[in-house]
Amino acid sequence: MEFKTTSSPYISSAPDVGAVMRQVLYALVPGTLATIWYFGWGVLITLIMAILFAVGLEALMLRLRRKEVKPFVTDFSAVLTAWLLTLALPPLAPWWLTLIGIFFAIVVAKQLYGGLGYNPFNPAMIGYVVLLISFPMEMTNWLPPAMLAKHQLGFMDSLNIILTGSPTGGLSWDALTMATPLDAVKTGLSMDRTITEIRQSPLFGDFGGKGWEWIRNWFALGGFWLIYKRVIDWRIPLSLILGIGVIATPFFIANPDSFASPAFHIFSGAVIVGAFYIATDPVTASTTPMGRWIYGAGIGILTYIIRSWGGYPDGVAFAVLLMNMAAPMIDYYTKPRVFGQGGPGK
Amino acid sequence: MELHLPNRLWHFHGGLHPEQHKKITCETMIRGIPLPDRLILPLQQHIGAEAELDVNVGDYVYKGQPIARANGYVSAALHAPTSGTVTEIGEHRLPHPSGLSGACIIIEPDGKDSWWPTMPAPVESYLDMDPADIRQRIRDAGIVGLGGAAFPTAVKLNPPSRQHIDTLIINGAECEPYITCDDRLMRERAEEVIEGACIIRHVLGITRVLIGVEDNKPEACASLRQVLKDKGIKDIEVKEVPTIYPTGGEKQLIKVLTGREVPSHGLPADIGVVCHNVGTASSVYRALAHGEPMISRIMTVTGGGVSEPCNLEIPIGTPISHLIAQAGGYTEQAERLIMGGPMMGFALSSDEIPVIKGTNCILVARSSEVEKPAQHMPCIRCGRCTTACPANLLPQQMYWHARSKDFDKIQDFNLFDCIECGCCAAVCPSHIPLVQYYRFAKTEIWAQERARDKSDHARQRHEFRLERIEREKREKAERLAKKKAALSKTPKPEKGEEDGKKAAIQAALERAKAKKAQSEVQPRNVEGLTEAQQRQIDEAEARRKAAAKAQDQQEKTPGQ
Repeated sequence: MEFKTTSSPYISSAPDVGAVMRQVLYALVPGTLATIWYFGWGVLITLIMAILFAVGLEALMLRLRRKEVKPFVTDFSAVLTAWLLTLALPPLAPWWLTLIGIFFAIVVAKQLYGGLGYNPFNPAMIGYVVLLISFPMEMTNWLPPAMLAKHQLGFMDSLNIILTGSPTGGLSWDALTMATPLDAVKTGLSMDRTITEIRQSPLFGDFGGKGWEWIRNWFALGGFWLIYKRVIDWRIPLSLILGIGVIATPFFIANPDSFASPAFHIFSGAVIVGAFYIATDPVTASTTPMGRWIYGAGIGILTYIIRSWGGYPDGVAFAVLLMNMAAPMIDYYTKPRVFGQGGPGK
Repeated sequence: MELHLPNRLWHFHGGLHPEQHKKITCETMIRGIPLPDRLILPLQQHIGAEAELDVNVGDYVYKGQPIARANGYVSAALHAPTSGTVTEIGEHRLPHPSGLSGACIIIEPDGKDSWWPTMPAPVESYLDMDPADIRQRIRDAGIVGLGGAAFPTAVKLNPPSRQHIDTLIINGAECEPYITCDDRLMRERAEEVIEGACIIRHVLGITRVLIGVEDNKPEACASLRQVLKDKGIKDIEVKEVPTIYPTGGEKQLIKVLTGREVPSHGLPADIGVVCHNVGTASSVYRALAHGEPMISRIMTVTGGGVSEPCNLEIPIGTPISHLIAQAGGYTEQAERLIMGGPMMGFALSSDEIPVIKGTNCILVARSSEVEKPAQHMPCIRCGRCTTACPANLLPQQMYWHARSKDFDKIQDFNLFDCIECGCCAAVCPSHIPLVQYYRFAKTEIWAQERARDKSDHARQRHEFRLERIEREKREKAERLAKKKAALSKTPKPEKGEEDGKKAAIQAALERAKAKKAQSEVQPRNVEGLTEAQQRQIDEAEARRKAAAKAQDQQEKTPGQ
């Protein structure tokens, strides 16, 4: 009898790429629901729109690049990118803003570099940074969390604002929006107010911003689940959070009026989402065990530096992109000790 | 030297817990099989030089009679597994991943199974024997490592004197899924294993023996311990090691049991350890106690592709098709034929291939048991391979460099420390056949090295040649100069002598001319013809000329 031959090993215990991506998506669900809860329907509308744009552009690019469309569209990586970008966008971002962000994420940052596995930079962060630099106005139109909002927008109102780009029914952007906690700290400090004074604002909760902290908790929960399922490596989130916490502590102790507490830094902005979902993007992160410590800590430290002394209230996206650049070099210099080379022997 | 801590175990990085599938066969007793119609015995069944043929086609051979002898130090002899006639000596497909062919002796059994009359006598007490004599017996018995690599055992028992060996490890880990032949051997023939270990340690001149068995084989451990107790042997320890693939790898088992790491590019002997498989130990025992050469082995035939999975004791050289028949034949789902385990074995294209000394398993997998050769996705650098790698390599980086054929870089990432265990590929979510890439890179590098050696050699030869030419030229010049100097002293030759020379040359030239003229074609029988004959000749000549002209004309006119 004749048989077909293939190369060993013949068994596999691995989920495929699509399954890995889907698990990350599942982990994002609780935090995303919390975001919708606090910031309204706009988040959900933007999310669905972003996913449709991302999958559509991905399929289009695959076709243009004469690649097989089906395996790459069904790997869920475009959905994940869209999801992460959505979390960084203001809840009522106009549709064209989402489209431009997705275009830069999927077409420029991912497909033009060769698609899945070949992009040196985190696609979602490229999309976000392009928008942040090009459309600072639209990107700062953040809503207050539900408990602070004067106007509760319904589904149709939100859809309307997203599609037309401006509030209707006698509302103005000024009436709708409110600074994010990080914005408030940044502007407050520039006006020579102390952190304690700034935190008197109803915007702030126990650690970070009201509402924001709870969203962060849910995202962290999803992150722990991913670590438990071994979908992501624990080193990057831990070293990132430690990195920002450790560098924030001495400044906070020395001058608590001008420097926010480590807890505030960890629970504000994109640190939690960044630590568990963005910095852990395997394609653009360091892959050696030691390298992951350096990579995560680097993002944490850079984020703090950008927040405290840079021009932007948050710095996670820039920090991630900067460390993306350093990842190949980190990998090269952090090769683990190979079995039988140095170390224990005789 | 570290302290002797009997209960401590070490661990190695990475590893896997693949599904065991050992339940399929681990309770089936080892049984013999009826002789096949023919036995196919490759001359190369081991690491080292091919054995040297000792029989001719048509010879009658007895069971246990040597049919090929070891060719050099690292080589192994071959014996007839049963009595019969050598019907053919020639190329036959080998059990090899690339489906190579090689020289094989084919024996048609006569069914009598009669032993060679001059078999070596059984040894009563090996402890009185000189280690060198035991080594010779082992060598003559053609024993090779039965764990898979088939390295000649006698060579491993003769470490260089500068290496101080202190520990013998008997490998009964059997970490590959599906395989249970070592398990059965330890359960049913524990005494042979223990006796074999005693012989080996006597040859090595040491006392410390550790038998490493994965803790998924408690019966095997119990059986070995019982024998040790019965015999009152205290200095051989049976150690249960955690079931993690690839604990059965030589380097990994040594690390787990002793905490020592075989140096990169080194051998276990470098760190004072010699490691043998349980099956090898048993064969060593049989070679001495029964004078029996390596003509059979125990192996597992398993998988969803055979009807009655089992453990068989088979004559070396049995075609796989015969084994399958003994295991109840193929099931309908038989999809892939694998020699060895599912992690490190290799797929065969045909079952007309024989099993050899190193074959521990034939796995006929059904389609649900094997990975489908689906299209693989790009590497997403998730690092699961790094986590799983027992050699602590960076498989994802090696893959990158293997793909881009950057063979210098890939060696920076320690390609040659890869043991090809398959852990990386088994956990890869992109299903990249990583091991295949590393094998490719290794072969390419070996080929490059060979080519470089060859060109180095050629360059050396070329340089030697240039030097020789130079030297000869110099010597010639010196000789000429000497001669000239000598000539200038002697008087010039007479004129008459010179004229004589010229005349001789002239005469030779004339002769050559004459000869040349003679050899040119001349019409024959043209002298003394009658007029009619001459006319006939002329007419014929004219016709021929006309015909030639006509043909010429025809050829010049195109399109006809």
